Amino acid sequence: MISKNIQLDEQGRLKHFLSIEGFKRQHLVNILDAAEPFANVHEQAVKKVPILRGKTIVNLFFEASTRTRTTFELAAKRLSADVLNININTSATSKGESLLDMLHNLEAMYCDMFIVRHNQSGAAHLIAQHVSPHISVINAGDGCHSHPTQAMLDMFTIRRHKKEFAHLKVVIVGDILHSRVARSQIHALTTLGVTEVRVVGPKTLIPAHIESLGVHVYHDLQTALIDADVVIMLRLQKERMQGALLPSENEYFQQYGLTEKKLRLAKPDAIVMHPGPINRGVEIASSIADGPQSVILEQVTNGIAIRMAVMSQTLGRSGSESIRSSGGTA
Amino acid sequence: MPDITQLTSAAAANHPAISIINGRVIDPANQIDQQMDIHLNNGKIIALGNAPDDFSAQQVIDASQKIVCPGLIDLRFRLGERGYETKRTIASETRAAVAGGVTALCCPPDTDPIIDNAAMVKLIRPKAETEGVAKVYTLSALTQQLQGEKLSEMRELKDAGCVGTTNALQPVKSTLVMRRALEYAASHDITVFIQAVDPWLSDGCAHEGAVSTRLGLAGIPVSAETIAISRDLQLIELSGAKAHFCQLSSAKAVQLIQQAQEAGLPITADVTAHHLHLTEMDIGYFDSNCHVIPPLRTQRDQEALRQGLKSGVISSIVSDHQPHGSDAKLAPFAETEAGISGVETLLPLALKMIDTHDMQLSEVIKRLTLQPAKTLNISEGTLSIGAAADICIFDPDAYWVVDREKLLSQGKNTPFHGWELKGKVTCTIKSGAVVFAAEKKL
Repeated sequence: MISKNIQLDEQGRLKHFLSIEGFKRQHLVNILDAAEPFANVHEQAVKKVPILRGKTIVNLFFEASTRTRTTFELAAKRLSADVLNININTSATSKGESLLDMLHNLEAMYCDMFIVRHNQSGAAHLIAQHVSPHISVINAGDGCHSHPTQAMLDMFTIRRHKKEFAHLKVVIVGDILHSRVARSQIHALTTLGVTEVRVVGPKTLIPAHIESLGVHVYHDLQTALIDADVVIMLRLQKERMQGALLPSENEYFQQYGLTEKKLRLAKPDAIVMHPGPINRGVEIASSIADGPQSVILEQVTNGIAIRMAVMSQTLGRSGSESIRSSGGTA
Repeated sequence: MPDITQLTSAAAANHPAISIINGRVIDPANQIDQQMDIHLNNGKIIALGNAPDDFSAQQVIDASQKIVCPGLIDLRFRLGERGYETKRTIASETRAAVAGGVTALCCPPDTDPIIDNAAMVKLIRPKAETEGVAKVYTLSALTQQLQGEKLSEMRELKDAGCVGTTNALQPVKSTLVMRRALEYAASHDITVFIQAVDPWLSDGCAHEGAVSTRLGLAGIPVSAETIAISRDLQLIELSGAKAHFCQLSSAKAVQLIQQAQEAGLPITADVTAHHLHLTEMDIGYFDSNCHVIPPLRTQRDQEALRQGLKSGVISSIVSDHQPHGSDAKLAPFAETEAGISGVETLLPLALKMIDTHDMQLSEVIKRLTLQPAKTLNISEGTLSIGAAADICIFDPDAYWVVDREKLLSQGKNTPFHGWELKGKVTCTIKSGAVVFAAEKKL
């Protein structure tokens, strides 16, 4: 039985980063703090720091992704690690055995870290349980379960705009059922002390007993937006029209798409977020996505800093300390 | 395991005169629960209490401090992974069965090839008889190739030895076909075993609830079970068929079965030992050993299953034994094979009901012996004089720790690894021959 949190080693340090669940508030704050100095690395003439020099990081993507993989790659390179990108078409591999066989092959090449994305929930946990003890695993998205670095970059972005988490009203809109991003955000927000997390969508896209994660469920976007501080729009996959989950994109936009009119119900200084890529005119109007309240591009930039922080912490050294000691050379 | 003497199936051919002495004999069929001796010869039980005058035992088994009961009968047991039920697995899995005190077991027809014609039964039976240490019964496919379209030759299959019929895990989608199948089965007095699951709501791998939501796993709602039960109860009433509902998983299912029984429908039901002791929470962080179908549900469901077992609404406990190679469980949760290697933990898990729910020992034994025998309409499950000498002897107070590596089954897939259980089989006798003994001295 797997009951203990395998994400921490015996000394309580970050070993793997698989899901937000299982971390205490302080762990998350440490990661956010560690990311602060990295957030400015890109402004310097030399963007690299030597924290992970000599380390080999493998981007193991069983599911297509451009942005997430690129930001992980950039983060690793700015930490001076060597990066190997492997894209595996899951339909081409037979089943789980090949997944583990492949891992053991990669281990034999002396890698230090796997960044894993997979279309099945639990894939990153499975890999973390079976890799050699010196290897760290970072989950870059597994099925509908978890996408912890995305959630952390969202928290980082929120903190930069809102300072305190405690009294925020955060609204998450859309396909909660299939969203690993939403699940990780919910865990992160509640762990960091946000008192009111609202999830919004039709019942077909809200999973059973989601209240047990500490959120309030709304089926009407207007009601949910009242006095909101943060509005997070989720991407709507086109295939959701197939399984009788939704009637049409048009009706979805009418009911759950974020427009200027609806956004006026939120607080005047509310920020609008989206994990990307955006479906303009499906979940969000272009004028909002490109408008003054949107922090969508900031999220992408912050993604690099958060991933640098998580990578440097999992590979054994605290990011903030390392960057300070290496400040002269960077 | 050095302390276990394994006897080959060849030994089953011998039928020595055996006396089992000083044990507490429990035989629910004859309402016996007292300390007495029991004597076997030529594969049959010949006397309880004093031995006949002309009897001289070739072998004496001292069962002091132990329970002597009929060999257990397991209504749901797979002899290997689908398509891999070979001579080798029939030998290893029936050996695991007798180590768990099980002397007769019943396999579903969803093997590869599917048991939907008499020729298949004739192919399997000799294999099971020569290689099997325990008696292997089979159910026939309810519909051809389990496709839910055309009826199987269930009467011929019955005559060939099948003890019931079922569409196993494949729901019969058409209400009309299900009605006809039940009517046809009723015409030939064949019991229909029903695994109740709605075909449209069952595309998942865990109970739809807090845990599936937390882990992002596709859920199977309780209504997947209750919709199917409700439909089939109506059809049973219409057709007059005798039916047995397999592996109930939810409180609402127990309630539906109870109401139907009270209304006089000829139905029975079973529950797995693991559904009595595990819930959705045991999945933890994707423990694939807890991937079972039907899924483990909530604590409330678990409690209702236990109460249903105690009250008798649920008449049998099964292992739903499904041995898997290690690869089958080494994948992301949803991609792993469902099922538990359960036969060796069946008895102690069932016995836990005595301590947790104040069940009588004889009542627990009844649900592992007499009741499943009645459901299969077979003569086993009793210690009556003249009955086949299928006997389980166990120490009800022995504690042991489950170690998956020490399971005799080739499947090491148990979620009970590391659990301390009470109650250990010390000796199993099949047709009058010792087929399992946990001590060196017999």
